[in-house]
Amino acid sequence: MKLHEYQAKQVFSEAGIPTPPSQLARTADEAVAAAEEIGYPVAIKAQVQVGGRGKAGGIKLVDDAEEAREAAEDIIGMDLKGIHVDRVLVEGAVDFVDELYVGVTMDRGEGEPVAMVSTRGGVNIEEVAEEDPEAIAREHIDPAFGMHPYQARKVVYEAGVDREVANDVASILRTLYQLWDDRDGADAEINPLMVTSEGEVVAADAVMNIDDDALFRQPELAEMEDDVADDDSLEAKAEEYGFDYVRLSGNTGIIGNGAGLVMTTLDLVDHYGGSPANFLDVGGGAKADRIANALDMVFSDENVDAVVFNIFGGITRGDEVANGINQALEQFDEIPKQVVVRLAGTNAEEGMEILNEDLVTVEHTLEDAVQRAVQYADEAEAEQ
Amino acid sequence: MSVLVDENTRVVVQGITGGEGKFHTEQMLEYGTNVVAGAVPGKGGQEVAGVPVYDTVQQAAREEDANASVVFVPPAFAGDACFEALDAKGLDLVVAITEGIPTQDMSRVYRKLRETDTHLVGPNCPGVITPGVAKLGILPGNIFSSGNVGLVSRSGTLTYQVVDNLTDRGLGQTTAIGIGGDPIIGTDFIDALELFEADPDTHAVVMCGEIGGEDEEAAARFIGEHMDTPVAGFIAGRTAPPGKRMGHAGAIVSGSGTGTAESKITALENNGVPVGDTPEEVADHVEDIL
Repeated sequence: MKLHEYQAKQVFSEAGIPTPPSQLARTADEAVAAAEEIGYPVAIKAQVQVGGRGKAGGIKLVDDAEEAREAAEDIIGMDLKGIHVDRVLVEGAVDFVDELYVGVTMDRGEGEPVAMVSTRGGVNIEEVAEEDPEAIAREHIDPAFGMHPYQARKVVYEAGVDREVANDVASILRTLYQLWDDRDGADAEINPLMVTSEGEVVAADAVMNIDDDALFRQPELAEMEDDVADDDSLEAKAEEYGFDYVRLSGNTGIIGNGAGLVMTTLDLVDHYGGSPANFLDVGGGAKADRIANALDMVFSDENVDAVVFNIFGGITRGDEVANGINQALEQFDEIPKQVVVRLAGTNAEEGMEILNEDLVTVEHTLEDAVQRAVQYADEAEAEQ
Repeated sequence: MSVLVDENTRVVVQGITGGEGKFHTEQMLEYGTNVVAGAVPGKGGQEVAGVPVYDTVQQAAREEDANASVVFVPPAFAGDACFEALDAKGLDLVVAITEGIPTQDMSRVYRKLRETDTHLVGPNCPGVITPGVAKLGILPGNIFSSGNVGLVSRSGTLTYQVVDNLTDRGLGQTTAIGIGGDPIIGTDFIDALELFEADPDTHAVVMCGEIGGEDEEAAARFIGEHMDTPVAGFIAGRTAPPGKRMGHAGAIVSGSGTGTAESKITALENNGVPVGDTPEEVADHVEDIL
C-alpha cells in the first residue's frame, strides 16, 4: 500500500522530520485560503500516486491569490497519466541551495534493510542508480539491532553531504529508519531532502509504501487506504473478489491458479501469436463461486475476445472448478465470449466429465488450450 | 538417494490443529510421510489424525525424535513459528508453507537462519517431495514419479505443470523443491542446486524461475562455475509489464528494468543452460540431456 504524499508527510512530521507548512485542499477556494494562510510563494501539488507529477503539469509554483486559484482550478479535476486528481497539497515553497536523497528499503538479495543517501536528490533516483551507482552511498542494517547511530553518520559522510548539515541529515535518516521499521515499511524515501539557504534541512517530498502483508498490525495506516480513489473499475472489482489481477492491453483473457502458472499461460498466449488481456490468479483451493466471479471479471473487460481457463489442481479440485464454470455460463442465454478450459491434477478427469461442452471448448494440454483460445480471439476480432 | 527428505525424515507439523494443517497432515500420512508429532501452543495432549500434539516444537522434537518441521501457522504468527523451529534442537529442515508473512518478520528469520545449520525452505511454497518416499507440504503426490531429475522452482502450480510433462515421458524425479515466491526465502536456487550437485542419483536438474529479483542470474553464474550436473531452465513472466506485481510478492519487474525474464534467460543460456519457451520444451531439453 502506497501512502499519498500528504499522508506520508503527516506520518514523517509526527515522527519529528521537518516538513514545510502545508494544507490539503479539495477545491480552488480551499486552496486559495490555505495559500493565504501559509504565505506566498507556495507550491500547488496534485495528490496522485504517479511518478513525474511535475513534468506532467501536476505541480505549480504560485506567487499570489490569483495564480493560486488558477493553478488549483487547472490541477483539481485534471487527468494525470490516467488518474483523476481530486485533491492538492498547498505547501510553502522552500528556498533551497541543495537537494539530497535519503531512503530505506529492503534489499531482497541480502534479506536485510539498506539505507541510502545521495547528494543527487531532486531527480529520479532509479536513473541515478543506473547511470552512476557510485553517487548513492549504501549501508546495510542488521534487523536484529536496528540502525546504529554511527551507521547513519557513516552513510551520510560517505555520500559526501556537506559537513554543516551532516548531523541533521543523519538524525533524519535515523528517524526514517525507525519509521520504516515501526510501520512495516516496504520503502520510505525523502526526495528531495532540501537544504535551505539558512542551513536547515526540510523534507520537500515524502514516499512511504507499506508492506500489504503487515497491514493487519498497522490499523492507523490501513485506515488511510480508504482515502485512495481507485481509478480502474476492473482492478477495484478484483480487489472486492480478492483476486490477484493485473489488467493488460491484449484480447485473450486468462484465468488460472498459482502465480507462476498464470504468468506462464500469459507467456504462452504471446508465444502462440496472441496477446494477453490480463493476469488473474484465483488462488489455491478455489470453490465454484470464486470460479464464477473470475469469469464475470474477465467477461466485463470489453477488450477480451476469448478466454482461456487453465487450472492445475493441487489443493484446487477439478470437479469444483468445472461446476463453477458450468454455473457461471448457464446464466447466459448466449455466452458472451468463447471459453477454452484445460484441467489437470486433482480430480481433473471428473471435472472434464462435468464440463458442459455445449458451453466451453475442452482441451487436454496447456499448449493446445492456449492455441485454441488465441485462434478464437483472432476470429472474434476479425468479425468486429 | 535424494536431497533434504528421505525415509529417515521424521516430521513435526506446526499448526496441525488448523484446517490446512489437519488436511495436509492426513495427505502427507497417506503419501507415506513419517509425521510423528504436531506442535500447537495450548493444544498439547491432543491427537490429530492419530498424531500426538505437543505445546512446543522442542517438546515434540525431543519426545518423538523429529528432525524436520512443516509450518502451517497463520501469517501473523508464522515468523515466530519459524524462529521456534530454527531454535529447536534436533531439527535440520524447516518447510514454511504459509503465504503472506510480513517481509520484516522474514528479514529477522533470515538473519537467525544464517547463524544455524538448519535448512529453511519457503515461506509461501508448496514444499519438498522425494517421490515414493515422503512429502513435506501440499504438493499433489500422484503427479510425481521416482527417477533421476532434480527440480527446483519458485512457483507451486508451475512446478506441477513441469513435473507432469516430465512424468508423462517417464522422466522421474529424485526430489522436487518449491522454494517459494516471496522476496525473502530461506533456501534459494543456489542452495538447492548445490544439494543436487552433491547427490549422485540426480543426473539432471530443472530450474523454474520467474521475474523479479536477481536470484536466477546468480544461480546461472553458479551453474557455469560450479556444476557438472546439467541443468535445463524455464522462466515465467516474459510478458509481465514493469511495476506490476504478478501474484507473488517477489514477482515484479522494477521500474529501472531489473528482474526481467530476458535478463534471466540470457544469463542462463550464457552459462550453458537451455531454456524452454514452453513447459513442454523444458521436458524436451531434459530428454536431450539424459
